[in-house]
Amino acid sequence: MDPELPPVERTVSTEEALESIERARSWRERLVEAVTGSEIWRSVIRHGNPALRRNRSLAVVGNFFLHLHPPTVTRQALKFPHTWYMGGISFLLFLVLTVTGTLLMFYYVPDVGRAYEDMKDLQFAVSFGPLLRNMHRWAAHGMVVTVILHMIRVFFTGSYKPPRQFNWVIGVGLLILTLLMSFTGYLLPWDQLALWAITVGANMAAATPLIGHQGPFHELVGVQADSDIRFLLLGGTQVGQNALIRFYVLHCILLPLVAVLFIGVHFWRVRKDSGISNTR
Amino acid sequence: MLDLELDDQSDRRPPSHWESMKRRAFTLTGIGSLVAVAIAWTAGLVRYMFPRIRYEPPTRFVAGFPESYRPGEVDTKWQKDHRVWIVRRGDGIYAILANCTHLGCTPSWFGDERLFKCPCHGSNFTQVGDPVAGPAPSPLYRVSLSIGPDGQLIVDKAIQENRPGHRDRPPFRLTLDGNSRGDVPA
Ligand code: HEM
Ligand code: FES
Repeated sequence: MDPELPPVERTVSTEEALESIERARSWRERLVEAVTGSEIWRSVIRHGNPALRRNRSLAVVGNFFLHLHPPTVTRQALKFPHTWYMGGISFLLFLVLTVTGTLLMFYYVPDVGRAYEDMKDLQFAVSFGPLLRNMHRWAAHGMVVTVILHMIRVFFTGSYKPPRQFNWVIGVGLLILTLLMSFTGYLLPWDQLALWAITVGANMAAATPLIGHQGPFHELVGVQADSDIRFLLLGGTQVGQNALIRFYVLHCILLPLVAVLFIGVHFWRVRKDSGISNTR
Repeated sequence: MLDLELDDQSDRRPPSHWESMKRRAFTLTGIGSLVAVAIAWTAGLVRYMFPRIRYEPPTRFVAGFPESYRPGEVDTKWQKDHRVWIVRRGDGIYAILANCTHLGCTPSWFGDERLFKCPCHGSNFTQVGDPVAGPAPSPLYRVSLSIGPDGQLIVDKAIQENRPGHRDRPPFRLTLDGNSRGDVPA
């Protein structure tokens, strides 16, 4: 028996009783209550006792991450024979690329005198460098494959038809962005393969009608080797420092930002077009 | 519940003609300025992305005395720095741009086969620059050659020609047998 408690036979007022209960609570209980009762805690843990089904569904519906699987996107509709999981896997690879790419940026400097050496350091001197570099490379190749397979499945299941035409258009944008991210990333190792691949790729741009200096009708616009679309892409007439920094900025910042925007709209459209196609 | 007083706008005076014109002018000026700023920014951005200073090798360089090149040979000593081969063939000398006409890789000279071969997609070119295999659609470009005051060759890559006939006249091919064309001092 707690010696602090008053003897049972004495009559006590309500205040006295509450006071003694309060005194009897351990400091641990008080701490827990101070934390879980605080405004900050309750703003993060927003839902009641999870033993209740209703609270559990509220927690799912009110959560951004769990909302990726909302009621309009049913488990039935996501089944492998219909989606091949290719959209979801493309997104997963995009996340892998974002994380590994950000980590690679801690060592890679886009300078013609350093870039190749930095890649070699990542390969041979940096702890876990080869793992990150290989993950980035394989995920990049993989994403091109899965995005194309995803497009094929959308075509075969007829999911581009009304009301989903707009999402198909967004998808074409995502395909182009995926290819551009691959192309710009290819220059960054700054080895012979990179240099000549980008030389060849940029020379194809020179054959663009009107705005490429070797393309049809370029005389009408009057573009030259130092004023055409290829020059704009490379920041020069040949692949050099300007091209490297341009491709680096496009690859690490601009294209991923635009891709995030497009992916956001893409997923939102799946819901607005009443979910994945074989439900309705 | 509904506050009918608020809904009743009968005591509001409709804007006079002058007032609504003023409003319209204000709105149009606002939208117009926004559009103008957007256009100016876009134009400025496009111009910004075209660099005015380029850190690229100059297009002209001095390539030594014509006689220092061996007859019948392709000299590749300028390939690395300037992407140019000097060829002395018959009574003439010319400079070929080492830039594949397919998509711009650098071919290599294979002396035993007497062919330029491109590593990227396999185009082959003869010693005069004509394509004989692979996807390259046209002959290699020749670049301008001239003789400087000290008698040394000057190569200018800004001036190019690859049409048969045209490419065999100065400045795309100089004759070395004395003064026959008056372009090379004896
Ligand atoms: C970065 C690339 C892409 C990502 C991350 C992505 C992701 C997704 C995901 C997760 C879905 C849900 C269903 C599923 O997984 O199949 C989806 C649906 C869809 N995607 Fe993509 N996608 C990409 C590129 C494309 C491309 C290239 C196209 C076609 C041009 C496309 C057109 C569509 C359409 C029309 C739907 C709705 C399909 C339906 O309702 O059945 N997407 N996408
Ligand atoms: S670039 Fe030479 S063959 Fe394609």
